[in-house]
Amino acid sequence: MKAKHQRLTLVLLALVALIGAGLLAAYALQDQASYFYTPSDIADRKPEAGQAIRLGGMVENGSIQRSADGVTVQFIVQDGTAQQLVTYTGITPDLFVEGSGVVADGRLDGNGMFVAETLLAKHDENYIPRELESIDMTAGKHKTETLVQ
Amino acid sequence: MHAFANPTRFLTLAKPLTLWFLVAGLVLVIFGSIYGLLYAPADRLMGDSVRILYIHVPTVWLAMGGWTAIAIASIMQIVWRHPLAAVAARAVAVPGAVFTALGLITGSIWARPTWGAWWVWDGRVTSVLVLFFLYLAYIALANASGDKGGVSRVTAIFGIVGAINIPIINRSVVWWNSLHQPASITVSGSSIDSAFLWPLMVNVIGFSLLFGAIVLMRMRSILAETKVEARLKRMAAE
Repeated sequence: MKAKHQRLTLVLLALVALIGAGLLAAYALQDQASYFYTPSDIADRKPEAGQAIRLGGMVENGSIQRSADGVTVQFIVQDGTAQQLVTYTGITPDLFVEGSGVVADGRLDGNGMFVAETLLAKHDENYIPRELESIDMTAGKHKTETLVQ
Repeated sequence: MHAFANPTRFLTLAKPLTLWFLVAGLVLVIFGSIYGLLYAPADRLMGDSVRILYIHVPTVWLAMGGWTAIAIASIMQIVWRHPLAAVAARAVAVPGAVFTALGLITGSIWARPTWGAWWVWDGRVTSVLVLFFLYLAYIALANASGDKGGVSRVTAIFGIVGAINIPIINRSVVWWNSLHQPASITVSGSSIDSAFLWPLMVNVIGFSLLFGAIVLMRMRSILAETKVEARLKRMAAE
């Protein structure tokens, strides 16, 4: 075997080991590296009331209710299998509409209501010009599975 | 490839190529940016902040492409001992770091109105920040161990090992729940409307050509520096 081929074999072996290590590390990080929990995660492993968690999912169509005070909003976050009732007091992001993705920091209260302290909107992978906007903002454009694996 | 590994032959080719890349890149970027910023439509949800896309996507694409190039050049340096491979890898590092920083900054400016936060520690954003630090470490290593304009083998090995971050950046939005949206342009098509897509493609190609021109310029200047050094050494010896 020529020295050149020896080096090539060595580099290829190193690459295989490296990719293997990377995949193992990424697999081990599966839970920890997620930015948020889905309603299903919360249903599976009910966190204690008052424990800080981050919840993410899609805003259920027709679930947004604004209170009389004008700044409190209540809505349901769902991921296709489970639902979670959320309340938030504050200014909602522009992208917060029915059917859109949201990520909320907060905690569960004693009644199973998720009290959000911050509310972030998630943009999906669709880019649509304003002129082509359909009257129904949510008509079949959001793919739930792209937000929630 | 072996034919172009000869520095003299490379230089005769690189000189006109630098100019062509620079001119074509500038024309495309100026045209794409003016169209994207002034004439392309606003997004139905994001409004005018969608225009940051025309800078953000090309810069991040080149940030990842830059490290991929470093990794390929590093393999060529270690296996085939090409004299130019190390020069190329070294030439990519600084523009790569600059483009990564630009990608992070434009992303942050877009995130404030879209997500509602300047910065979040989700998988995509964090892995790109790691890429930026990898670039800085590579530049420090390369400068600490200069060898005939190239880089030491330790630096090359670091270039290969660091490449593991590239698939992680790409998959970060799939493996982990993230705030950053998944890929819009995939092998199965694009979920970006064509009104946004074509100025974006013009800018991606334009910025790539500009990046190529910068890398060629840096390679030529590194080769010129080594030539000067060699001549000074010879003069000192006489």
